Amino acid sequence: MLNNKKKKVDLVSMLVIVAILFAVNILAEMFVPRTSLFFSVVKKSCVYALVAVSMNLLNGFTGLFSLGQAGFMLIGAYAYAILTIPAEMRDSVYQYFDGGLINEPIFWPLALIVAGLVAGVFAFLIGLPVLRLKSDYLAIATLGFAEIIRAFVQWDKFGPLTNGSNLLRGYPTFDSLASEWFGSPKFSSTIALAITAVCILLIVLFINSTYGRALKAIRDDEIAAEAMGINLARHKQISFIISSFFAGVGGALLAMHQSTIQATAFESAMTYEILLIVVVGGIGSISGSCISSFLYIAASEWWLRGLDSGSFLGIQSTLFRGGFRKVVFSVIIMIIVLFFRQGIMGDKELSFTRIAEKIKRKSKKEPSKKEAEKEVAAK
Amino acid sequence: MNFAEFFQRNLPYILSGISVGGQYALIAIGYTMVYGILRLINFAHGDIFMVAGLLMVYISASLPVYVAMPIVIVATVVLGVLVERLAYKPLRSAPRMSVMISAIGVSYLIQNLALYVTGGLPQVYPKIPYISDTVKIFGAVTKRVTVITPILTIVLIIVLVLLIKYTKVGIAMRAVSKDFETSQLMGVKINKVISMTFVIGSFLAAIGSLLYFTNYTSVMPTSGAMPGLKAFVAAVFGGIGSIPGAVVGAFIIGICENIIKGLGLTTFSDAFTFALLIVILCVKPTGIFGEKNIDKV
Amino acid sequence: MSSEKKNVLRLSDITMQFGGVVAVNDLSLEINEGEIVSIIGPNGAGKTTAFNVITGVYEPTNGEVDFLGKPIARNHPHGKMKKLYAGGNREKYISKPKHGKKVVSLKPDAIAKKGIARTFQNIRLFKSMTVFENVLIAKHMRRKSNLFTATFKLNAKEEKKMREECYELLKILGLDDVMDERATSLPYGKQRHLEIARALATNPKLLLLDEPAAGMNPQETDELTAFIKKIRDDFKLTVFVIEHHMNLVMDISDRIYVIDFGKLIAKGTPAEVQKNQRVIDAYLGVTDDE
Repeated sequence: MLNNKKKKVDLVSMLVIVAILFAVNILAEMFVPRTSLFFSVVKKSCVYALVAVSMNLLNGFTGLFSLGQAGFMLIGAYAYAILTIPAEMRDSVYQYFDGGLINEPIFWPLALIVAGLVAGVFAFLIGLPVLRLKSDYLAIATLGFAEIIRAFVQWDKFGPLTNGSNLLRGYPTFDSLASEWFGSPKFSSTIALAITAVCILLIVLFINSTYGRALKAIRDDEIAAEAMGINLARHKQISFIISSFFAGVGGALLAMHQSTIQATAFESAMTYEILLIVVVGGIGSISGSCISSFLYIAASEWWLRGLDSGSFLGIQSTLFRGGFRKVVFSVIIMIIVLFFRQGIMGDKELSFTRIAEKIKRKSKKEPSKKEAEKEVAAK
Repeated sequence: MNFAEFFQRNLPYILSGISVGGQYALIAIGYTMVYGILRLINFAHGDIFMVAGLLMVYISASLPVYVAMPIVIVATVVLGVLVERLAYKPLRSAPRMSVMISAIGVSYLIQNLALYVTGGLPQVYPKIPYISDTVKIFGAVTKRVTVITPILTIVLIIVLVLLIKYTKVGIAMRAVSKDFETSQLMGVKINKVISMTFVIGSFLAAIGSLLYFTNYTSVMPTSGAMPGLKAFVAAVFGGIGSIPGAVVGAFIIGICENIIKGLGLTTFSDAFTFALLIVILCVKPTGIFGEKNIDKV
Repeated sequence: MSSEKKNVLRLSDITMQFGGVVAVNDLSLEINEGEIVSIIGPNGAGKTTAFNVITGVYEPTNGEVDFLGKPIARNHPHGKMKKLYAGGNREKYISKPKHGKKVVSLKPDAIAKKGIARTFQNIRLFKSMTVFENVLIAKHMRRKSNLFTATFKLNAKEEKKMREECYELLKILGLDDVMDERATSLPYGKQRHLEIARALATNPKLLLLDEPAAGMNPQETDELTAFIKKIRDDFKLTVFVIEHHMNLVMDISDRIYVIDFGKLIAKGTPAEVQKNQRVIDAYLGVTDDE
């Protein structure tokens, strides 16, 4: 049937886009000098894209306004780091806690999955009380949980496990893995891209399934969805757990990108940042979240750097000093929030059929619906 | 340990708890009133509170403190109304989520602006004579602000409650918070009422800021986030939309938080506030004084 | 009533109280298989509230709802309600674990699964979805796939069956030509049809229609009358309707219940109800001095 076909094509365009991204990235790895900020931007935007997509699953597709993302990232990052710090590093990392509690590291891809699972388990527990809450109450409760988690991780009593308020380091990172495999940090951003692509693909598959449709129904109208036999509590829980699972994996990836992590970094400002990425990309659009993650990270860490250091696009000004880039940046975001509420993509997805259809419509001025109907008839 | 002993030992914490509670109460009213009328968590409110602190730092650098204080209050009020006009008013007919996102965006913007202006360095808060002086109460040494805060808070709140009960604009506010659309149809000038709400909220936040930062040495761009969130929790705890509720909630949170600090669990003083929030939301989502709403199908 | 027919829905002493407001007061009624039964009454009489009790949106304060002989809701005044309201025959519904008489409170989704589908007074379509997807949602609750098989497309057969069934349904109801339009872009009358289609897609045994003819002109109303009769026969349904259009009500109903201020004031065939003095009073607003 027509809808089914459309969706399959969407998946194909997604795979093609991912392939192009890979190609571009690999070419860049080969020819752009390593000192370029491009690589760091790619890695970080991969991390943020995954977390933004996971947030979009909740906020955009299920209509649950949750602000707990930083908390789940924290859990994921810590779970990953704790499980993978090699035995010989433990004494120096956990210097205040006698080398810590866990001594045998596990294989890093396994640790990534465990990171997600731990975040998922926490989401299950947190979801039991809070998912019954409505809109902004849910937002503030999840925000609160993230803060509670942060306080507990920093607690001295958990030191042997979490290293208290000290940072964690020494675990496998994108760079260390690339060095191990290819002899240099080259291609480290390709590793990040690969892991992120797999995760986002899984989320897309989920959203395209009958469960994804049920979530959208809940977003559109809870009461009608319930009258259609959709168990609200269960589906919200599923969505919350899956979203948190990938936020946890995203947190682990952030750890892999940064090479050291500390609980203090995962404050509510991080959640706000991710929320703004989702909004700029378009609430309810996966490709939008990905594009906007890249633009957001690239702009704030790369393109607008000149605004902080005195000259931008050849303009020199004393206004351009530390912090100015962030001001300009937040003004741009406010403009988008106020005047372009749809964001970059609205709730649409980037797909070749859509682009083709648009071009066709422009050239023919006749909706392509009839042809589509013919196709149905032919089937 | 009997109660008297516990009380004696924790007196300084209880006193500062009452003081902080009063300051939270002043901020919480801004949240609860805005929520009552616009159904919006004004995430920027904590940052407006912070800006009031920074303004005090900068203005008192060139003017005497007594001149600076009224200027700070007026400037904060102007800022609060400006935020409403620029960031919330254009979204009047938009879904609630968009307005909330806009509020988060404004908060982000104000923090980044403050970061730019201060260069990320903590700004030393001026000593306000008289209220920063130390006094002795029940044998505990504390600043005079500790005593002044609860009294001033209560006075301001009584004035506010009278204002809402008896003045025309107060009646309009109550009407709007009950039913936005109907009161609009009844000829209530909605924008005026909303502006008034922001005026009151920012005014109280500015006063809260003067009292709050007196207890600290410096102001930072992120200084407003935590007190803001806690004040919001206080508002939810007391029943959002209810002014007495916000005040009671704020005092409870302020006192509990300081007792926890007294027990040597400073890491958990913030976490406790949120735990309290989650418990109240699960047990009685409408807070202590909140009204029940039934969804119509 | 016709005792040879199977009973589908039975309400016994249903009371629904919000604080001091009694929206439905001791309502008892029954509906048998294959019937089209209407419930009428002035605005605010408690008709929609009764629907909400049947579909599990509200938990009744007192009384019992049985569907196909099994209770789907049963409650008696407890907690605060005990003081506010006594409830008719409340002893019958008080917990007696020995007799299996405990509080029953199924959620709307569980009730939908048992075979009660409804439409809403103010149309509640999934606004971001196409007509086809709106109907497809109804199939979700009958899925056999789980999270894993659905995500990895291992349920292709089931998915195909769901889609085919929905397509067939839309074709029967004459909505197939607009199936890829956004649901909310349809004209009003079609939206009402779509709501019925969506309800039918859940394979219900009992269909509750909440003011299906609201906002329709006489011609559309006539069409709707035929339509409701047709789906009753084609889908072997029992239909329970709230409606204000008296022509439609008198035309389709096998029996009619009339309520006012939450209380049942009359019941019977259309002809009986039309002659009932209390019904006439309720509609003309006569104050009775009894």
